[in-house]
Amino acid sequence: MHGRIRTWGPGALVLLPTVLLLGYFVYGLIAWTFNTSLTDKHNARPVPTNHVGFENYVNLFGEERFLNSLKNLGVLTVAFIVGTLIFGLLWALLLEKGVPGEGIFRSVFLFPMAVSMIASGVVWGWLLNPSQGDDARGLNRLFSILHLNFLENPWWTAGSRWTTMASIALPAVWQLSGYIMALFLAGFRGIPPELREAARVDGASEFKLYRYVLFPQLSPIALSALIILGHMSLKLFDLIYAITGPNQFRTEVPSVYMWNTLLRSDMAKAAAIAIVLLAVVAVLVIPYVAYTVRQESEE
Amino acid sequence: MRGGWSKTVAVLGAAGLLAVSACGNSDDGGSGDSSASKDVTVFTWWADGGEKAGLDGLVSTFGTECKDFKFVNSAVAGGAGSNAKQVLANDLAAGKPPATFQAHAGAELGDYIKNGQVDDVSDLYKEFGLDKAFPQSLIDNLTVDGKIYSVPANVHRANVVWTSPAVLKKANLDATKAPASVDAWIADMEKLKAAGVKAPLATSKGFAEEMVMEVVLLAELGPDKFTGLWNGQTDMAGADVTAALEKFKKILSFSNADREAIDWPDALQYVNKGQAAYTVMGDWVAAQQLADKVPDSAYTYWPAPGTAGNFQYLADSFTLPTNGQTPEGAKCWLKVVGSAEGQKAFNTKKGSIPARSDAVVTDYPKYQQAAMADWKANKIVPSCAHGAACTLGQNDSILSAMGQFSSGMDVGVLQKALVAAAKPN
Repeated sequence: MHGRIRTWGPGALVLLPTVLLLGYFVYGLIAWTFNTSLTDKHNARPVPTNHVGFENYVNLFGEERFLNSLKNLGVLTVAFIVGTLIFGLLWALLLEKGVPGEGIFRSVFLFPMAVSMIASGVVWGWLLNPSQGDDARGLNRLFSILHLNFLENPWWTAGSRWTTMASIALPAVWQLSGYIMALFLAGFRGIPPELREAARVDGASEFKLYRYVLFPQLSPIALSALIILGHMSLKLFDLIYAITGPNQFRTEVPSVYMWNTLLRSDMAKAAAIAIVLLAVVAVLVIPYVAYTVRQESEE
Repeated sequence: MRGGWSKTVAVLGAAGLLAVSACGNSDDGGSGDSSASKDVTVFTWWADGGEKAGLDGLVSTFGTECKDFKFVNSAVAGGAGSNAKQVLANDLAAGKPPATFQAHAGAELGDYIKNGQVDDVSDLYKEFGLDKAFPQSLIDNLTVDGKIYSVPANVHRANVVWTSPAVLKKANLDATKAPASVDAWIADMEKLKAAGVKAPLATSKGFAEEMVMEVVLLAELGPDKFTGLWNGQTDMAGADVTAALEKFKKILSFSNADREAIDWPDALQYVNKGQAAYTVMGDWVAAQQLADKVPDSAYTYWPAPGTAGNFQYLADSFTLPTNGQTPEGAKCWLKVVGSAEGQKAFNTKKGSIPARSDAVVTDYPKYQQAAMADWKANKIVPSCAHGAACTLGQNDSILSAMGQFSSGMDVGVLQKALVAAAKPN
């Protein structure tokens, strides 16, 4: 018995602070938020509250504003993930083919990540000015100078949900494509050169080489990229807040709506939105965690 | 960039709050210290510019009038106090209110009153003679169920149109006289458009569009029905409201395409640069024009068409929080805020006008002199966009509806959202 404690005791002692802190600040607070979301605490009054079951959730899903924000989030996530993966992969491919001054390109592509979302949001807010024609400013102005007038558009201020949220996704794509490029580039560099040589000896064309030899090796990286981008998109708040302001129906996503709800001291409703967001993130992350755990145990 | 900084402050504030609540017991041990109990923490969102200068003016008066107490600045930066309100809500929820905090006078205080977080200060009004110094109509606006919960430091006017005489000249319009009604205003905008002015009205996102809607509603419904919109006495679903909203839609169609992408100073620049004829904005524009050194001859202003004789007000005020620390110090602060000297020290720097009707007009710049005359003579009407007529929750719903309307331009949807928002919650 005594000997056993010797084996696992020190390890447990090292882990204990982490477990306690995580338990309190992550899981404890999740439980507390969930509990708040089941109450009727719709103001800041310090009075006892009653549990009302899932009433707040029922109300939320019957509310046009919340459903609108969920749809916005869905479109934003798709536009953001697809855009970032395309640009990231494209840049990685180009660099992998070899260019002079690769280091410079790498820094240029990675640089946007160093800018905070709120700062880039302010700048993109100016760039995405919807004025067109003679009054054009921002990107529209650039297009008109380049005689690409057909590209001018009202960005997020008019048009369908797709054009609106794709405009919002644009700065996020700009910001994170470099990171995805770095992931893929590392993946390409990690593939042993012998594999390529073998494929070439077997007479594979360049297209077939990528299609059957290289891309399959990148699928774990693509999956992590998907998870990272997905959960970032779900949490996106500062960018939208900076570009469109806090109360913009067209671009409101649940995280922004949660902020507005909290500002009007509707604790229970804000907590319910938070839990819905957590559930959406969980849908994305849990299968991934399960997958990686299975992969590791197989190895 | 300013948003980023103020966010940091808010986060630090929240972190600090955690730390404070974590060691609550040791705090109680220290409260016997007499010098600490004389601190008066004043919570505001006046962190820079004319607002900070105004606060400094109040502080120096406080320093001479209330020698027993020490002013402790507890300002949180951020436009219109959005960050500050969040930090304040945390402080109040944790039972750690400041000695006094800033809030828009009127309905916005309703949340704090409902939550039992502020005390009745009606007795102080008698003690300081404020019941005689403030206009009766303002006192009526501030009174909730026979009680008053705050002392206003200043008054701003919301229903003002700022114009560019040079642009109006293109359509042979008189810059010195307001159009007699909303319809006449629309006719003028048509003339401007015909004269080649692409966007006669410059406006900007969120509350600026809400202010345009408010002046149209006020002009079309009259002051009493307008005030009733926000407290349930006027039917928001009524046909007269629909008609007014149709006119608002027409007016918005004369405005700049990038209205959802800019802030009010940008909209003002369109007027100053001669790209637009009008902008509807509160009278803090006067302070902005002074700061930007725009000559008096380059712009004129009048009450929004159809609203002459009405003074649509908003006011910054200070409260007495329930169980706040140093209540005597807070009362002394409120006395300074309401006093003639305090209001002069504050308003000459912030660019607003004193709430007292006995202020000396010649102490103030040109625009404020005109506004002070109106403040005495006009009917006082509250503004929803700035918390005098609406609670924070109502205003959040209305702002969301404004954003939806700006792109869809569907009057039916807007009115339905307004009906839902106006319901007292």
